Amino acid sequence: MDNTHSIAAPAPASAPPSMLRVRAGAAYSHFMNHVLPPLVVIGLLCAVWELLCSRPGAALPAPSQVVSETWELITQPFFDNGGNDVGLAWQILASLERVAYGYLLAVVAGVSLGVLVGQSTWALRGLDPLFQVLRTVPPLAWLPISLAGFQDSNPSAIFVIFITAIWPIIINTSVGIRNIPEDYRNVARVIRLNGVEYFWKIMLPAAAPYIFSGLRIGVGLSWLAIIAAEMLIGGVGIGFFIWDAWNSSLVSDIILALVYVGIVGFLLDRMVAWVGKRVTRGTSPA
Amino acid sequence: MSQPYLSISRVDMDFSRGGVTNPVLRDVNLDVQRGEYISLIGHSGCGKSTVLNIVAGLLRATSGGVIVDGREVNSPGPDRALVFQNHSLLPWLTVYQNVEIAVQKIFKGKRSAAEQRDWILHNLDMVSMSHALDRLPAEISGGMKQRVGIARALAMEPKVLLLDEPFGALDALTRAHLQDEVMRIQSELQNTVMMITHDVDEAVLLSDRIVMMTNGPSATIGQVLDIDLPRPRDRLALADDPRYTHYRHEVLSFLYEKQRKVESIANARARGAASTREAAALRA
Repeated sequence: MDNTHSIAAPAPASAPPSMLRVRAGAAYSHFMNHVLPPLVVIGLLCAVWELLCSRPGAALPAPSQVVSETWELITQPFFDNGGNDVGLAWQILASLERVAYGYLLAVVAGVSLGVLVGQSTWALRGLDPLFQVLRTVPPLAWLPISLAGFQDSNPSAIFVIFITAIWPIIINTSVGIRNIPEDYRNVARVIRLNGVEYFWKIMLPAAAPYIFSGLRIGVGLSWLAIIAAEMLIGGVGIGFFIWDAWNSSLVSDIILALVYVGIVGFLLDRMVAWVGKRVTRGTSPA
Repeated sequence: MSQPYLSISRVDMDFSRGGVTNPVLRDVNLDVQRGEYISLIGHSGCGKSTVLNIVAGLLRATSGGVIVDGREVNSPGPDRALVFQNHSLLPWLTVYQNVEIAVQKIFKGKRSAAEQRDWILHNLDMVSMSHALDRLPAEISGGMKQRVGIARALAMEPKVLLLDEPFGALDALTRAHLQDEVMRIQSELQNTVMMITHDVDEAVLLSDRIVMMTNGPSATIGQVLDIDLPRPRDRLALADDPRYTHYRHEVLSFLYEKQRKVESIANARARGAASTREAAALRA
């Protein structure tokens, strides 16, 4: 994009027709190479699914049936009948809100702890065994204890997100800090940066590629955990929506919700990756 | 004779790890006058980088000390700006910002923002990098990165400029070009320079004096050679100059006759261990 701009800039008068052609050609090849293959594969899979589930007595609904049964949910994502009976957009937003709280707490705490562990060998020796044991605890195993602690479902769900997302953030941050090249430290020492300046100007940017890979894993895990946690705590949220649909035998609703969950998870991942790419320009290991 | 500008006196350096002490430097003494260009040359592993790091303040000598302009060195500082072999630009900053980070810190409160900006541009101009101010290090060549590294060091207005094999990673043509630039800049600014090299031609061409180091362990200064060639020096004219050939021969005979490297596996191992120790000590 930038290249075509700079090349075209000196000769704007003659450029437009040929540039349009170039643009159109690029769009066409992008479509053929990147958009068409997934569309074809998805189409084929849906066709197979349709064939398998159209037989009488099939346990799961075929895609056509899913769409027709959930048409109201698809077309009216923002309805609100009070209580848990709200549109899918509200359900997803409620889940995203919990994830946002838990994840942001995990980012702040995780990066801070990661910096501590990355900087201090003593802290590493003291905390690392604890981290290695705690990070293997499955997210849902934290739910009862946090319910006992918080006495309320919403903070418990947020805590589960927090405790799920924090480990990869801590571990990646500390690895990033430990891998800061000696030369960068020496540059900082020669120009006598103080601790705060070193933290902001050298440490964070130098470790940013690692930190962001931790953040990316963390956001994925958060989204995994929230669905499971919400199934248990109830209330508005896409997780409980799925559980509720199961209890009401609305299998089509479940399938629609799964599609939404997948898409949102994908978008979250891409969003963090995009921010990471913007922030770590020039530093990325690739 | 006046007080030397930079004085290294009776420096010993040991690296110890796991209770084993490895003597790297023994009794290194060197006086450098203001405006002098000194090269340190020696076989790899002889401890010349250690000497430079001690002058830079990145390492503390086990005993002895370094005095620059009447002050003892005990920590790194911008008065002893370092140009690293691998340029060590910060990859997330542009060319301009890489110089700016040093200038901002050093001249904070002493020069206005506009003066700082002019100063950054002036130094980048001096190394002919004004055309690439907004490029990231990944987008410029190795020679250009080294130019920016030199600009960053010069911008600190160092009392002593320390060059750690600054041209080592460059191809021959780029290296020659950059050597000429450094000579030109040095003749303009009259910097005091201490450069590590393992390139004999580079040492003879650039230096006022060549300090030759013996092999380690317990390395020290074996011989100091005054290079009495008029400046400005021209590499083509000098190539046939008998004095140049003579100096070149002197250094080569020191390196390959008096201090011939006996490469045995045991030595290489010991040296490998020593250099990892050195790295470990730098990190500590």
